[in-house]
Amino acid sequence: MSTVLNPSITRATAVRVLHQLRADPRTIAMIVVVPTALLTLMYFLYRDSPGGSALFSRIALVLLGVLPFALMFIVTSIAMQRERVSGTLERLLTTPLAKADLLLGYAIAFSAAATAQAVVATTVAAYLLGMETAGSVWLVVLIAVVDAWLGVALGLLFSAFARTEFQAVQFMPIVVVPQIFLCGLLVPHDAMPGWLQGIADVLPMTYAVKALQEVGAHGAATTTMWTSLAVVAGFAIAALALAAATLPRKVA
Amino acid sequence: MTSAITLSGLSVVRSGTTVLDALDAEIPAGAITGLLGPSGSGKTTLMRVIVGAQRITGGSATVLDRPAGSPDLRARVGYTTQSPAVYGDLTVAQNVEYFAALYPTRRATARVDIAEAIAAVGLEGFAGRRAEALSGGQRSRVSIACALVAHPELLILDEPTVGLDPLLRAELWERFAAMAADGTTLLVSSHVMDEAAHCARLLLLREGRLVAALTPPELLARTGAPTLDDAFLALVREQETAA
Repeated sequence: MSTVLNPSITRATAVRVLHQLRADPRTIAMIVVVPTALLTLMYFLYRDSPGGSALFSRIALVLLGVLPFALMFIVTSIAMQRERVSGTLERLLTTPLAKADLLLGYAIAFSAAATAQAVVATTVAAYLLGMETAGSVWLVVLIAVVDAWLGVALGLLFSAFARTEFQAVQFMPIVVVPQIFLCGLLVPHDAMPGWLQGIADVLPMTYAVKALQEVGAHGAATTTMWTSLAVVAGFAIAALALAAATLPRKVA
Repeated sequence: MTSAITLSGLSVVRSGTTVLDALDAEIPAGAITGLLGPSGSGKTTLMRVIVGAQRITGGSATVLDRPAGSPDLRARVGYTTQSPAVYGDLTVAQNVEYFAALYPTRRATARVDIAEAIAAVGLEGFAGRRAEALSGGQRSRVSIACALVAHPELLILDEPTVGLDPLLRAELWERFAAMAADGTTLLVSSHVMDEAAHCARLLLLREGRLVAALTPPELLARTGAPTLDDAFLALVREQETAA
């Protein structure tokens, strides 16, 4: 049956996507290094200003959630866009592969990359750049990985609305940037006008940042942190389900 | 003659244009059928109907006793598109290996199948090369290998020999003939009439209509033309004057 997921096909798809990634060492290097490099830049930006280290800790924490989301969104939407344009997607859909095999295969492969990214960035921020959090940095890594999943899932979904790679890139400012503005990084959630709070409340990044701030402020994992993280994961699952609906086997 | 594919009154209308117009045809099992006609005659659309990628407007297409597009056909029907649909950033072997993995029921023989499929298209020396580093003709052979590896009962090949040198083309046709002898049904499209000689049966398509369904000798006999190319032209003119 090809309507349900087949673990061996899902695994083969994840391995295939990882082979493709490995064939492109520059992309791997950018996935792993870019967030860390940006955090380092941020560190030097704040180092000499008064109250700079506390400010850096606050911003770096949020960026550890935002950057994996943004990078994975763009990497995934372009990869999927290529699959559509090259004709391989149509060909795959004539084989026993289920849509879930393809989407999960991508999600698994890119999650592996995202985990490496989150571990490196968080480790550097906490142990080299002096980012301070009341809670465990491993909770920060966990949240960063879930944020990366969200980026992968939304990337898979939005690639359906792009006919070209140029359009796929343009979804970055449309999907990612408003979330960065409204997530509580620039202005705390409570200080925004009511209608903007309303919009922020339906955007997943808001919950990701809330979870991260909980780790920053509390020594132990809080219920708010877990529920916020669950909301982010829920958004990711919903986006994957919607993405499946954008893969028609038959066209008119 | 048992039929692998039966088309009855098959029509496809795409954004107001009739692409396939009430086709009736039988495609025999265990033989090579050539789908011939000028470009734009509807060959690719017909193939996409058979593999379940194209919605039907009217009539029906029955493939291996199932309605075209049935989920259980996906493991039994292989398809190569006109432009090679392979992953340029993967090696030849990785491409074939991935497509082999999409048919889990065949996993037991997968290793042998992969090497065999690559050899069948004459790319043994290129297994470790990336597809994007190959020539256009080589890439379309990778695409064919990706379809061969699953040993489908029915193989739909859209212009598989375009851009291949004569020697390779002859080898591929020999390969197709051997597969047909083993019971595989092949439907191969081409816009070059020369290739018709390799087929047991021909479907001649023009502007979405079936001009004729016959064997190559029948085509020559019926028109009295010296070559298959001339025969096709004669047939089209005959129909135009009749209309």
